[in-house]
Amino acid sequence: MYPPEYRYTKEHEWVHVSGESAAVGITHHAQDQLGDVVFVELPDVGAKLQANGAFGTVESVKAVSDIYAPIGGDVTEVNEALIDMPELLNSDPHGAGWLVRLKIFDATELEALMNAGEYAEYVAAEGG
Amino acid sequence: MSGSVALDTLKKTPLNAVHRDSGARMVDFGGWDMPVEYSGIVAEHLAVRKRVGLFDVSHMGEIEIRGPQAVELIDALCSNRAAALQDGQAQYSGLLYPNGGFVDDLLVHRFSADHYFLCVNAANQDKDFEWIRGHNRFDADVRLTSADYAQLAIQGPQALPTAQALTPADLSAMRYYRFIRHEFAGAPAVIARTGYTGEDGFEVYIPPGEGERVWNAVLAAGEEYGILPCGLGARNTLRLEAAMSLYGHEIDERITPYEAGLGWIVKLKKPAFTGRDALAAQKREGVRRKVAGFEMKGRGIARDGYRVHAGGEEAGWVTSGSPAPWLEKNIGMCMLPVEAAEAGRPIEIAVRSRMVAAEITPTPFYSRRN
Repeated sequence: MYPPEYRYTKEHEWVHVSGESAAVGITHHAQDQLGDVVFVELPDVGAKLQANGAFGTVESVKAVSDIYAPIGGDVTEVNEALIDMPELLNSDPHGAGWLVRLKIFDATELEALMNAGEYAEYVAAEGG
Repeated sequence: MSGSVALDTLKKTPLNAVHRDSGARMVDFGGWDMPVEYSGIVAEHLAVRKRVGLFDVSHMGEIEIRGPQAVELIDALCSNRAAALQDGQAQYSGLLYPNGGFVDDLLVHRFSADHYFLCVNAANQDKDFEWIRGHNRFDADVRLTSADYAQLAIQGPQALPTAQALTPADLSAMRYYRFIRHEFAGAPAVIARTGYTGEDGFEVYIPPGEGERVWNAVLAAGEEYGILPCGLGARNTLRLEAAMSLYGHEIDERITPYEAGLGWIVKLKKPAFTGRDALAAQKREGVRRKVAGFEMKGRGIARDGYRVHAGGEEAGWVTSGSPAPWLEKNIGMCMLPVEAAEAGRPIEIAVRSRMVAAEITPTPFYSRRN
């Protein structure tokens, strides 16, 4: 369910690091809780994200949910496909539904995040 | 979080275990543990527009009024004319305060000349019951009978064949806002051709102990039509596309029927009723504000409570806002001064930190063809 090479937050985002850059998205659990995603609002390329700072919103038919940056970084790319196909967040939250790519400020921030096993336990404990 | 403790305080319908066992997403809806969605709000919404959907609306309240002057009591407290009802007929009405605002909106069913059956909002039922009982000048027998009924709504173009398969009553002969008391899936039932989705359909009241069995019977009867169990999420988006009012949103204790666009449920010519004087004055002077529909033009979704700007100034608020799954637009209703609420007028909605363009549109956003 949760890719072992990713790291996870308590707010149900994931981050996938490769070298000095990282992709960020929301987890399967997050999309399942939201229901049909119909709208995504993302920052512009060049925006500076602080760890734990809200950087966008995901809206389902029923609810609005803020998204928080798992780690700090400069936004180098945003997933433009989500503008027309927000449902990618439901169908492939850990892949094609990625939100932004970052150039990482400080890799040590990753140490505060959960690994896949810890996150799965965290979700189970939340009643998900 | 100790979810189990909070859950224990929530009220449950007779179908609660069915919802939980079938994996519905449950939410606290005004103190009730209710399904918000089963397979997804969009899929459920489209099922009702194209085929048929089944809703558990057992949280709704029922109040029964009996006695030779039962109708006088109803007509003294409600804005529509209950005296015009025949046996087997239902009517949408407003239970009003003296200021013309709503205690609640409700359906009044005439069982017989001395027995009326009211269907009221879940969260308002105790307040409604106390209000009616407190103003019972007609020695009527007023009872809160919500615990005696489960209520299922079968809605959509295939609601008729689905429901017809379960009752010997001739449902095709039944007109809109009529009802019959007959057997339904083997249970004694009130079968009303009413609904809250903008589609044809039925609302069926049955004994609570029969709820689960009848629920399953409806799903089986509707299987060939592609029936889906639906939650309150789709119920809300369906009623919003049809521009039907929701208590606490388009109507409340401070909003009158005229302001809500519900002038057709106000019968000023009938004998005096609570709120009549305020409404007569409002009709004479004209309303200053009203509920209007709008469609988002810019990229953004309006949500309940967002501020609305007209002519560059804050002018009102969103009473209900949502994506509309059938129309594939972002729509809503808002309260605005009448001069800002004309169809075609541009407005702006404060979507969190951004102002997003929208336009006042005629309502309903959706109406079925027939």
